[in-house]
Amino acid sequence: MSRDPKQRKKRLDRGIKVRSGDIFVLTSWREMLYVLVPRVLPMLFILVFILVATPYWKRVLVSMAMTGILALSWDLLVSTGLVSLGQALFFGMGAYVAGTLNHAWGWPYWATIPIATIGGGLICTLSLIPVLRLRGIYFAMITLVLPLVLVRIIEATKIFGGTEGLSGLSTFHYAAEELGISLLAFAAVLFGFRRLMGTDYGLVLQGIRDNDLSVISAGINIYWYKAQALFLAGSVGALAGAFMTHAYMFVGMPVFALDYSILPIASAVVGGMGTLAGPALGACILVPLSEALRAMGPLRVVCYGLFLVVFTVAIPEGIFPYLQRKYHQFEYWVKVEV
Amino acid sequence: MKAFPILEVSKLTKDFGGVRAANQVSFDLREGESLGIIGPNGSGKTTLANLISGFIRPDEGSVRFKGKEITGIMPHRIAQLGLSRTFQMARPFYHLPAYKNLVIPLFSPRVRRLSGGKYGDRDATAIDLLEEVGFERDSFVPFKPASVLPHGYLKRLELARCLAMRPELIILDELFSGLSMAEVSSTVPIIEKIQSEGKTLIMIEHRLRELFRIVDRVMVLNYGRKIAEGTPKEVMESDAVKEAYLGSE
Amino acid sequence: MPIFRGNSPKMFLGTLVYGLVNSVILALVAMGFNMTFGISGIANFAYGALYILAGFGTWILLNSLAIPLFLAIPAMVLITALVGGLLYRFILIRLRGMVISEVIATFGIGLAIVEMFRFLGFIHVKYSLPVFSDGSIFIGGVYLDFQRAFIVVFGIALSGTLWVFTRHTRIGLAFRGIAQDERTALTFGIDSDRISALSMGFGGGLCALAAVVILPLRTISVDAGYEVLLEALAVCIVGGLGSSVGVILASFILGMAQTFTAMYWGPHWMMIVTLVAILAILAIRPSGLLGKQKELEERI
Repeated sequence: MSRDPKQRKKRLDRGIKVRSGDIFVLTSWREMLYVLVPRVLPMLFILVFILVATPYWKRVLVSMAMTGILALSWDLLVSTGLVSLGQALFFGMGAYVAGTLNHAWGWPYWATIPIATIGGGLICTLSLIPVLRLRGIYFAMITLVLPLVLVRIIEATKIFGGTEGLSGLSTFHYAAEELGISLLAFAAVLFGFRRLMGTDYGLVLQGIRDNDLSVISAGINIYWYKAQALFLAGSVGALAGAFMTHAYMFVGMPVFALDYSILPIASAVVGGMGTLAGPALGACILVPLSEALRAMGPLRVVCYGLFLVVFTVAIPEGIFPYLQRKYHQFEYWVKVEV
Repeated sequence: MKAFPILEVSKLTKDFGGVRAANQVSFDLREGESLGIIGPNGSGKTTLANLISGFIRPDEGSVRFKGKEITGIMPHRIAQLGLSRTFQMARPFYHLPAYKNLVIPLFSPRVRRLSGGKYGDRDATAIDLLEEVGFERDSFVPFKPASVLPHGYLKRLELARCLAMRPELIILDELFSGLSMAEVSSTVPIIEKIQSEGKTLIMIEHRLRELFRIVDRVMVLNYGRKIAEGTPKEVMESDAVKEAYLGSE
Repeated sequence: MPIFRGNSPKMFLGTLVYGLVNSVILALVAMGFNMTFGISGIANFAYGALYILAGFGTWILLNSLAIPLFLAIPAMVLITALVGGLLYRFILIRLRGMVISEVIATFGIGLAIVEMFRFLGFIHVKYSLPVFSDGSIFIGGVYLDFQRAFIVVFGIALSGTLWVFTRHTRIGLAFRGIAQDERTALTFGIDSDRISALSMGFGGGLCALAAVVILPLRTISVDAGYEVLLEALAVCIVGGLGSSVGVILASFILGMAQTFTAMYWGPHWMMIVTLVAILAILAIRPSGLLGKQKELEERI
């Protein structure tokens, strides 16, 4: 894309970025602002949103937080090299465990949600462990197939409430509680995962994605680590499902529907695969957008599909890394040295 | 050098479709020995390395390491036992700085075990390791992303990755390939230092002159079969070897 | 096991016949997906979309453009194959080797196509393809409609043709070469990209053939886009990706099991059979009955 073959683009960190590294950021207000604004701005945004939003849009915020969690879960798996086409599997498993516990024994949400998180995560991990040794494609295939099969089984055998599902489940005491817990969970997962991926453990996971032969020859059992990542991602997805069960006071077949798999992937791809902040950003953009364009019907899903293709081919890094780059670096043309 | 064989390879055989990549290969290695494995292209040297290190399962035969049967054991377990290998195609983690590339081997259970249950400062250990393999210490080179390193440095990084595991037996698969004469000369002392620490070495190489100065014994493979074994001098004078490399009349 | 739960051997025979039909249908559906993967390692998640594309496309050719059936069908098969090849040529070729991106891209395309049909309103009973001939034959004690009988014959004939094709034609042999060992095949001058595009086209064509033969049995529903993908994946998971014999074997196991379960226990147990089969395969032989997809051994 150069105008003149003797020139090339060069990128350099902005002066202010260099000045605000580590403790030097405290030297001036400008530097501190530079570092804080990108972190504080989204929080302010959400805060303002909460204050002015109607109850309908508050619901959307909850949905956004949960989709964000599913997108983060997907991103963790992708960072380890596993493509999941079935976030709905984790979501639905958590939803049904929580719903069944509540429906059958009346356990309150503060008991069902943690149990569904761990239990749902365990069930999904144990079912998927055999696939971890096979080519990556198999994981995608099985995660796509399992939730769809489960939907049809529930519909056909009418277990766990069948087509009508389980309704009349207990919910949170206040709407604010619901919103608060969802946002808290979202923030916790986001920061928790980012912290995790920043450690050497995270490096190992990424190593498994990039170059698993090297990791194996380093004496590390990659399948055990993949299973751990799967459990983390699965539990977090189950958390989202269990939460939504109580938010809607209902659980039914739709929790295993493809919709819960598509939006997280689209969020992650649009926002930036592998960066964790990217999928969070993607969810914050796509979920409200999807609500606003609800009238479009199936055309929305067409758009998600096209997003997936376009971003994967043309803008693989995603929006978040792009914004990050623009914020931290500037570009200029230099002459190519002969 | 002790008399106890640290590696016993017995009749290793592997077929790939119609090709017999390893054909009843047997040899022993004593602790502290250095063995060179040579042979024409396609003679099955890397396959042998893969078979010994567990990345491929043999159809027949067995491998014993430190007296323990390791045939068919998962490769990461073999690495944990102290058998480490480099890859012919050095593939580092490109986007990570050079020293960070070593963090993953330093994360392995074996290192923790040998350090008495603690990992210690992995970053500092990585920098030390890089210095051991010839990275200039007080320079920016260890901190540069692996993607900008020239080929010679990548090969040394691969070696460092291997050494990070504190192995007892190292298989070096074409360490010298792609290196200039000067680079090879500067790498040889590093290998001699490893030898002086009592480690057992298997070196698969094409560059015979440099190899013969370092190793005690040489084994020659052709079409997956061992056709000669002995000191470098004995091997080079063998008719079978001459025929393999140069062809028969 | 109460196979003859109060019923006659006649019912058993009839179930056998319908089981055969079901098995062949599953095999036809899975064949294209399996071929594409077997040759080029691409899992085409847009497969279901291509299926309904072929179906609706044929309907449009028939009804809106008044093209006779015997022309519409080959035309649509070619068009679908072309779409498959173009998918590779313009999108997948840029993602070659990056498994994650390939999966996402094909999945996205499939999604876009299926939902586009839904958006454009292709939902109505009128969307159906005509059967090739009315009438039925009496076999195994039951009346089997002609279309179903044709499907069985067609399926067997197609399998035979494919068998001959991959063993006795240049392209077929090239397919097998690439499937067995890509690098060696490349040294023989076989262009990997061309073969991959051909494999996508081939898979698409097979998919269209299955569609035009099977869809006359019921109306074309948009959701068949997902159903078909689900069935193809299930068969390939059980049979082993890349193995044609495995796919046929799995189709028969699943097809017979499904039909017998439906007949003797009730239709709503059919999906349980699929789930049990998948879980069993995962537990016993994860790479499928005849699959050989062990991760490490291939790449080292």
